[in-house]
Amino acid sequence: MDHFPTNWGRPNYNTFDAHATYPLHVHPQPSSSADGVQHTQQPIVTGTSVLALKYKDGIMLAADNLASYGSLARFKGVQRLQAVGDYTIIGASGDMADFQYLQYILDNLIISEEINPQDGHKLGPSEVHEYLSQLLYARRSRMNPLWNSVLVGGFRDGQRFLAYVDLLGTTYKASTLATGYGAYIAQPLLRKAVEGKEDTLTEDEARKIMEDCLRVLFYRDARSINQYQIATISAAGASISGSLKLETSWGFAEGIRGYGGQTQ
Amino acid sequence: MTSIGTGYDLSASTYSPDGRIFQVEYANKAVENSGTAIGLRVKDGIVLAVEKLVHSKLLVPGANRRISTVDRHVGLTTAGLLADGRHITGQARKEAQVFRQWHRTPATLKIIADRLGAYIQMYTLYSSVRPFGVSTIVGGVDKTGPGLYVVEPSGVYYGYHGAAIGKGRQLAKNELEKLNLTELSTREAVFEAARIIYLVHDDAKEKEFELEMSWIGDETNGLHVPVPKDLHDEAEQRAKDALENFE
Repeated sequence: MDHFPTNWGRPNYNTFDAHATYPLHVHPQPSSSADGVQHTQQPIVTGTSVLALKYKDGIMLAADNLASYGSLARFKGVQRLQAVGDYTIIGASGDMADFQYLQYILDNLIISEEINPQDGHKLGPSEVHEYLSQLLYARRSRMNPLWNSVLVGGFRDGQRFLAYVDLLGTTYKASTLATGYGAYIAQPLLRKAVEGKEDTLTEDEARKIMEDCLRVLFYRDARSINQYQIATISAAGASISGSLKLETSWGFAEGIRGYGGQTQ
Repeated sequence: MTSIGTGYDLSASTYSPDGRIFQVEYANKAVENSGTAIGLRVKDGIVLAVEKLVHSKLLVPGANRRISTVDRHVGLTTAGLLADGRHITGQARKEAQVFRQWHRTPATLKIIADRLGAYIQMYTLYSSVRPFGVSTIVGGVDKTGPGLYVVEPSGVYYGYHGAAIGKGRQLAKNELEKLNLTELSTREAVFEAARIIYLVHDDAKEKEFELEMSWIGDETNGLHVPVPKDLHDEAEQRAKDALENFE
């Protein structure tokens, strides 16, 4: 709260008050940034790809648990999927500090829009996606972007929702989406496996597709790790799995020649 | 009242010679005229209940709630001037939000009660402002377990097992003291709360009132929510039955 009583009541003219019997307190004003302002120019601690697809019952998202510091695998137990309200799950790649800030903003949004009024009006996935896109676009317009690519998955009133938004405020929708390196490596695999089968794929089949894509990404993406989480959002609500381990086989590596210290 | 005409009650910044601040005592009078509000702190949560006096038949039933949600895990209700109560609610929400911003974790109930106390006390210090005409019950479940506090117009706050403010507080306190609050479940507490509100309602003075209840506990997943309609109706029916047997 404002602890200066002179700022409470009538709007006062701080420097001169004809009726003053006592010198008025002058509230300290925030100083202008004379030394200039530093904006984000690159992400620092980053998460890699997020994958998402439509299946029979809803939306499935997947992301691994790594937050890299450059090429260093710095934090190996980071959750990059987050439920927002009752109908939405978001997954973020890019700057993890900015993602934590986004989570804070969205948490406040849910409290002020759902918890405090308690009028029964809830935010659905399309509202959350719209809010994020406006926020991210406003930040890029201030030349101070939040350095993320975010997938928003949701299920409400029998409708599936899956959309993308990134640091520029770019948005699009599709039945399969992938951010980062996954947009190159996993997206073609996802399209092949999912497109045309959105209404028939079971959760188990979808999970298998996700695991296969994550495995390929782990083989190919040097910023990935073999621990991941899968989230589903359906009529049953949102659920985010615990940390799972990818099964991989490296037997083929023995036959590779041309790298490392082999002699022939 | 001995304070009238002495001149010591003209400002909240003036003491009487025996060390009282009459404006704060007048604020307490505003609280005493309000519909009763009670809070129960039990084994696994808290229950808030108010006797919402309905001054006009034209008001929409269920509208103009007197219990509000401050944060996911914190509920609040006031007795006294309604508009002051709304302001206190807004301030409590702001304090919860600011705490979250600084610490990135939900505020404990004690902290919210403490900050509300500090805020309300500020309005007892200056002649330019009027003390708040409300007492506030804040209840919640945080990492330390269930908590229940009452903040008075003077700014003092105490933690309670059971709290009652407003018109029927004396009778309500007597009833609360008879309960074994530490052993009760929130579900049982809802029935007791409804019974107490119906018991303390004075039919002779005010005819119409609505029972309003909220709870936090194991059954609500730690969230502050209105008591579900079926449970509310059952509790209300039992309260009415108990009242008939009582009389």
